[in-house]
Amino acid sequence: MSLLSNTAVLLGKELRTEFRSRELLTTTFIFILTIIVLFSFTFDPTSDESRRFAPGLFWLAFLFASSLMLQSCFLREQPNDTLSALRLSVSDPFSIFLAKLAANALFLLLTELLLLPFFTVMYNVPVLPVLHWLALVFFLASLGISIAGTALSAISAQARMRELLLPLLMLPLLTPILVASAEATKALLDRAPYVPWAGMGFLTVFDVVFLTAIWLFGEYLLEE
Amino acid sequence: MGKRALAGAVVVFLMGAAAYASFYIAPEEKTMHVLQRIFYFHAATAWAGMTALFIGFVANLLYVWRREGKWDALGVACAEVGLACFTVVLITGPIWAKPAWGIYWTWDARLTSTFILWLLYVSYLLLRTLIEEPDRRALLSALFGIFAFIDVPIVFGAIRWWRTQHPAPVIMGGPGSGLDPTMSKVFFFSVFALHCLVVFLINERYRLEKLRAKFEIVRREAEAI
Repeated sequence: MSLLSNTAVLLGKELRTEFRSRELLTTTFIFILTIIVLFSFTFDPTSDESRRFAPGLFWLAFLFASSLMLQSCFLREQPNDTLSALRLSVSDPFSIFLAKLAANALFLLLTELLLLPFFTVMYNVPVLPVLHWLALVFFLASLGISIAGTALSAISAQARMRELLLPLLMLPLLTPILVASAEATKALLDRAPYVPWAGMGFLTVFDVVFLTAIWLFGEYLLEE
Repeated sequence: MGKRALAGAVVVFLMGAAAYASFYIAPEEKTMHVLQRIFYFHAATAWAGMTALFIGFVANLLYVWRREGKWDALGVACAEVGLACFTVVLITGPIWAKPAWGIYWTWDARLTSTFILWLLYVSYLLLRTLIEEPDRRALLSALFGIFAFIDVPIVFGAIRWWRTQHPAPVIMGGPGSGLDPTMSKVFFFSVFALHCLVVFLINERYRLEKLRAKFEIVRREAEAI
């Protein structure tokens, strides 16, 4: 029980910190918007082509942005060494991880949902009929990105060249998420949309496997 | 020194014998003719590389559990040797693919996942160069090695599920697959020879890593004085 209550308190702290400044959300939002606009110059986004390319582009933009966004979740504990204080104050270090990854997943999901209208309008893909399934794909993928990404950002925060290192560690590791979520989104935006059970099942498997790995090894990542 | 030299000589002999067997003993394949003989190295190297990475994964787990420097040294030795094997696989693959498929590279499941695996282990070695403090480096890279190894089957599954040109598995691939008995003998001999090579290289690299760690301690002591 203490795990859950600790996590809830820490999650509240993460959300309060972010929503005071909203720095992370704003910059990530603008970053992805820029990428989406720039992508339009690399090919002709007519309707049929967008249906084929758009989901992949969206997820690629999203993955790049998240590799920048996740940097800060451990870095901002460093100036005042607040991570040591957190470690001392909770009974199970896993709750620090759980709170950070839940906060990251929420931030990612929020950015995705905020971007969806822009994306729909600019790439001319209809999303309203499949919105609930799309939201589920977004949720599963954001959770996967933040589970693996939070663990890797704890690693990269302790190394040199951390700004470059995190994407290098994260992007190959998250290939399954990119493939599965792009395919699932493509299935939903198809002319004859269908529910991508395989894609969603795959994302769930990824989430469960990496959550278990972090439950087992997460505390070592926070060692002094 | 004597034992290691002898082991090296045995490995050189086995590799020579495997080369001889794959060129002169194995029968010629029906469609690809002499070209198919690269298979005995291409596939056997991939198997040996996977063994090296698996030993590395076990070493990483043992390091996290026991915190002994030797497991860190074994982990990095296995990662480097495994990476070398997969570099060979990624080079011999296109050499074989160009005449057989007409293209050097295709974004097929096994090619792509091998490439991702290669990238993951390059990142692992890169991570090691970017953390100064030895204990921290050992722990964090061991943890990344564990995550990377867990990720490999998932990457393979994801890519295989959605996109594929590489031949279906020939060995243990289900009904209708299988090798000619002589081919199979030559192949498993190659696999054995390459495993010996990999074990020999891991052992050499492991000794080097331990010497480096010892040197590092001496250097720090000297600096302290």
